[in-house]
Amino acid sequence: MSFEPKILAFCCHHCAYGAADLSGVLRLQYPVNIQIIRVPCSGRISEEHILDAFVKGADGVCVAGCLKGNCHYQSGNLRAGKRVEILKNRLADIGIEPERLHMFYVSAGMGAPFARFMAELVETIRDLGPAFNGQEREGGEQLDSRTS
Amino acid sequence: MSIGPAAKVIEARTGSRLEKVLRAGHFAVTAEIGPPKGADGRRIQQLAALVKDYSDAQNLTDNQTAVVRLCSLAAAVHVLNSGGEPVLQMTTRDRNRIALQSDLLGAASLGVRNVLCLSGDHQRFGNHPEAKGVFDLDSVQLTATVRQMREERLFICGEEIKAPPRVFVGAVENPFAGPVELRVLRLGKKVMAGAEFIQTQVVYDVEGFARWMDTVCAAGWHKKTFILAGVTPPRSAGALRYMSRIPGMKVPEELIRRMEKASDKLREGQRIALEIINQVRAIAGVSGVHIMAINWEEAVPEIVSMAGLYPRP
Amino acid sequence: MILARPKTVSSILALVGGMKSLVVAGCQECVTVCQSGGRKEVSCVAQLLEIAGKKRGFPFEIAQVTVFRQCDNECLVPLDALMEKADACISLGCGVGVQFIAERYPTVMVIPGVDTVGGGGTVMSGVWEERCAMCGECILAETTGICPVTRCAKGLLNGPCGGSVDGRCEAGTDLPCAWEMIYHRLKKQGRLDSLRRIRPPKNWAHSGSGAMRKVIREEVMPCLSALPLK
Ligand code: SF4
Ligand code: SF4
Repeated sequence: MSFEPKILAFCCHHCAYGAADLSGVLRLQYPVNIQIIRVPCSGRISEEHILDAFVKGADGVCVAGCLKGNCHYQSGNLRAGKRVEILKNRLADIGIEPERLHMFYVSAGMGAPFARFMAELVETIRDLGPAFNGQEREGGEQLDSRTS
Repeated sequence: MSIGPAAKVIEARTGSRLEKVLRAGHFAVTAEIGPPKGADGRRIQQLAALVKDYSDAQNLTDNQTAVVRLCSLAAAVHVLNSGGEPVLQMTTRDRNRIALQSDLLGAASLGVRNVLCLSGDHQRFGNHPEAKGVFDLDSVQLTATVRQMREERLFICGEEIKAPPRVFVGAVENPFAGPVELRVLRLGKKVMAGAEFIQTQVVYDVEGFARWMDTVCAAGWHKKTFILAGVTPPRSAGALRYMSRIPGMKVPEELIRRMEKASDKLREGQRIALEIINQVRAIAGVSGVHIMAINWEEAVPEIVSMAGLYPRP
Repeated sequence: MILARPKTVSSILALVGGMKSLVVAGCQECVTVCQSGGRKEVSCVAQLLEIAGKKRGFPFEIAQVTVFRQCDNECLVPLDALMEKADACISLGCGVGVQFIAERYPTVMVIPGVDTVGGGGTVMSGVWEERCAMCGECILAETTGICPVTRCAKGLLNGPCGGSVDGRCEAGTDLPCAWEMIYHRLKKQGRLDSLRRIRPPKNWAHSGSGAMRKVIREEVMPCLSALPLK
């Protein structure tokens, strides 16, 4: 059976959520692997929320905020971008592929690009495989050899 | 520790040749020798032999720019053995008050008669940027310590010294850094702490130096200490440009252009050094020059001869 | 406050390799303010450890707790039950907190999750700067409230070195020269004369380079007669 990744998308109410809506109105297809959570601003999303998604089984997470300069709260999207950037490093530090986490900047009118981004993200994560497959232990790898 | 105004003019009593020359009113010449990055004492002996007749004393740098080199105390002994007159440079960057006082006693016991007190370039610039900087004392405190050990025969802690170190004490100043008022205050502080001679940062900007000397003379510090202007013969325009980027260095643009145009760079470099020597000599309150021709010590005899400062008294 | 900066989670993972049960402990004081060891940071570190554990196929059991103050024995009570079954505790408190936890639970390995930097404050959101090296003998009255021990790269006490240029410190172009700052402020206060005073060598025995320092004030100690006899 092929691997179907679970991906969580935190979408800003003012832009990305609208873009998702528009892509639906335009009857554009994007994979069902994406689950959207509407947030008042991408800047509302902290490291904790993203990590929680991974802990609870997400294989990939994306944060989608307004185009740079268009945030309804001035700089929430830029903050979110910074947090994502730093969190990517922290994920890489513990051996998780940083590509599992993405930041998108879109406007409410970008229905088609939104659908395309999501499709691409699903492909990226599908290629990476599940975040935790528990296979390493069966492969006989020493537990602490990954971390030392 | 009692630090009082130690800046009383006293008769030569350290047995230092540099002190004798200065107190006799001669225009002094000192030269710098950079110890090698290896256990090669012969190199220092060769350099000492080369410059000793053309200078009254020879400075041995103490791990200059925080790069590990043969230690200045051992280098000073090599100079002594070659018939020279060492000026032992001591920075407070690498040693605490115990080591500094101990080194001073050792140096004096071996016949070293001059010390120069500095705080030292920050370790961040050297080849061991991860080193812990000591800075238990600062250069003013070290200067005062040497005077206290010599005259009051007391260690910093107040214990008596049976055989005090008889050394002539110097310090450094940078005429080009920071607000002039602050710089002159700081010079005065070093003199009050007991600095009997001052060697300055390299002078290329003679006008700026003259302005600084005006303020120094107005405060009367030139009467309480001997000021030796730093001179470095440039080897190339690139060398000058590099120096112009070092914090606290001022190099006039026209000097760089002049070096660029010169066909014989080395000759031109010597000529520039010669001109600067003649210019600073004419400035009131300047008692000598300190020639820093690191890695080009061979230039010293010629520059000194051309300046009419040879033979030395 | 005490400034601290997070260590990498991989460096913690390297120490807890074969372990199962971990406690990640935060502190609500300084490290909360400098955002390196408060409740939120505890949650992030715990989650990262959890993700790493799952990735290896051998998840940790992680408890999170953020106490009022790690450097006070009384405040550590909430850890008692958790520490009973813990293989290790990762403390995001400063070095003091780590040591107080280690003292209270001597049989459990305690791992610092932050690097403790020094005494400082918030300059702007996201930027913290050191101000006090805790030398044990404060001279700020004479230096116009600017600490040369901390802010001068060489800790000089008698004015600037020769490397100070245009108000910048020779040790880094992004740092102001402490002594030039002191000079300007003294001038503003009409106290330039104090720059002329030669400040004698400092007593570093009071500083961190002496023996461990201890502050004892009998008037605040419990009355001896009220203590149980030894
Ligand atoms: S002088 Fe000492 S106690 Fe005072 S601020 Fe500086 S380091 Fe801290
Ligand atoms: S430049 Fe100023 S702050 Fe920097 S080491 Fe020198 S005196 Fe201290």
